[in-house]
Amino acid sequence: MMGAPALSLRGVGCTFVDRHDARQRYTAVSDVTLEVGAGEFVSVVGPTGCGKSTLLNVAAGLLAPSSGTVAVFGAPLSGINARAGYMFQAESLMPWRTALANVMAGLEFRGAADAKERAMEWLRRVGLGAFGDRYPHQLSGGMRKRTSLAQTLALDPDIILMDEPFSALDIQTRQLMENEVLALWAAKKKAVLFITHDLDEAIAMSDRVVVLSAGPASRPIGEFTVDLERPRDVAEVRAMPRFVELHQAIWGVLRDEVLKGYQQQLAA
Amino acid sequence: MWKFIKPRPGNLRAWQLAVLIAVFGLWHVLTRPGLIPPFVFDNDRQAAFFFGEPVVIFERIVAWFFTNADIYQHLWVTLVETVLAFGIGTALGLVFGLWLALSAMAAAILDPYIKAANSMPRVILAPIFAVWFGLGIASKVALGVTLVFFIVFFNVYQGVKEVSPVVLANARMLGASSRQLLRHVYLPSATSWVFSSLHTSVGLAFVGAVVGEYLGSSRGVGYLILQAEGAFDINTVMAGILVLTAFALVLDAAVGRIERRLMKWQPRSGETEKL
Repeated sequence: MMGAPALSLRGVGCTFVDRHDARQRYTAVSDVTLEVGAGEFVSVVGPTGCGKSTLLNVAAGLLAPSSGTVAVFGAPLSGINARAGYMFQAESLMPWRTALANVMAGLEFRGAADAKERAMEWLRRVGLGAFGDRYPHQLSGGMRKRTSLAQTLALDPDIILMDEPFSALDIQTRQLMENEVLALWAAKKKAVLFITHDLDEAIAMSDRVVVLSAGPASRPIGEFTVDLERPRDVAEVRAMPRFVELHQAIWGVLRDEVLKGYQQQLAA
Repeated sequence: MWKFIKPRPGNLRAWQLAVLIAVFGLWHVLTRPGLIPPFVFDNDRQAAFFFGEPVVIFERIVAWFFTNADIYQHLWVTLVETVLAFGIGTALGLVFGLWLALSAMAAAILDPYIKAANSMPRVILAPIFAVWFGLGIASKVALGVTLVFFIVFFNVYQGVKEVSPVVLANARMLGASSRQLLRHVYLPSATSWVFSSLHTSVGLAFVGAVVGEYLGSSRGVGYLILQAEGAFDINTVMAGILVLTAFALVLDAAVGRIERRLMKWQPRSGETEKL
């Protein structure tokens, strides 16, 4: 099937049931329809606790949705999404493997003969060529994130899922990483689904920004095409008038949801 | 003067040695017949009878190791028992821990029995093992295994349960099969827990061996102690205890060495090598 979107979520809903008490239910997302075209960079923004990560886990095949369907390049998804690479928000490197062995892991699992050479090349590409023999605890937070990036990209996935990958980094490191990701993305043109709570980051990086409503039962409530020219520099692009316009438009939709989410957290 | 002998990291070893000498010196002064007038016992030989004399004890140890050189076969037997109990107990604990941690239903069914088996005072099994396996090495190994197994088992079980869900999800996204997950995620993660338990379990393997020997055997350091006790030879008993202590320290150091080699990926406190 040609021209099918890289990732297509149709009417996806996720309801969690408490393990000890079946009456305790929580609907994280409901009726989400979302498409990411091949080579498209889509960001999802929303207030905290609105089920952004749930959505990504569904797209990765780590979580089966309660309702709705997921299709990858037109084929229905069951089990792990083998065409996707996932960059997690939390620390995801195996602490007992060196940086190089971590980048190698995916290639090793798939039985690639030249795993070591390819992993080394990716390490160099993210600027860690000299740190291959270090264990994760011997690397700084930014270096660990870059190792994760190399680990994910070394498998050359067609779809890249990113869950607030840079939220734990300081602002300078973060902008460097964002530019790096944009450069790598521009070179290979993968489909990217990028989750963030940072609107600036979302606009600076994406082709399209989707706004989710406050939870529970979040769903997309707005969609904006970002028509800023590429290649972009995430720091410079923020000063452009069009960026400010987009920011105001999206924030207009997002603000009410953020306030709603905040009120709910206060009430809880 | 005080400036030189004041305790500091540099003279730590000297201070440790000083404590050792002080303990043995005090022991010597309090037990040597005729050195000081008796103040607890009726005559000056009784202290030596009950507590032994360091000088005689060291003569005994020297005779064992050098003059007669007759302790090696006993030490060897105890070592073999300890190492076998340690190895078999650790392997069984690892296999069962992994199995039960990964199979929730089996764990739920066996849960009460594991708790019961763990709370049972297992030293009491020693006479039964002697009946089953005879008075040779096997019964001591069996006792040691029952002691080691549960320590390792519970640690592996916990270790697998506490695998970071993110690391696990990441490995799955990277395409790991369930066998690769076991080999590359669960096992290394459980290993750190196992190692924290190995110091305890090597000690218990040793306890199993010595207690087993003490209850009935024809060789081993526990046997030597039992023989000497039967003859009220407190000096030989004390010498046996000292040899066992030194032996246990050596085993513990060996485990520590292996641990440092295998666990170099773990951050150690005070390590400030970050870039």
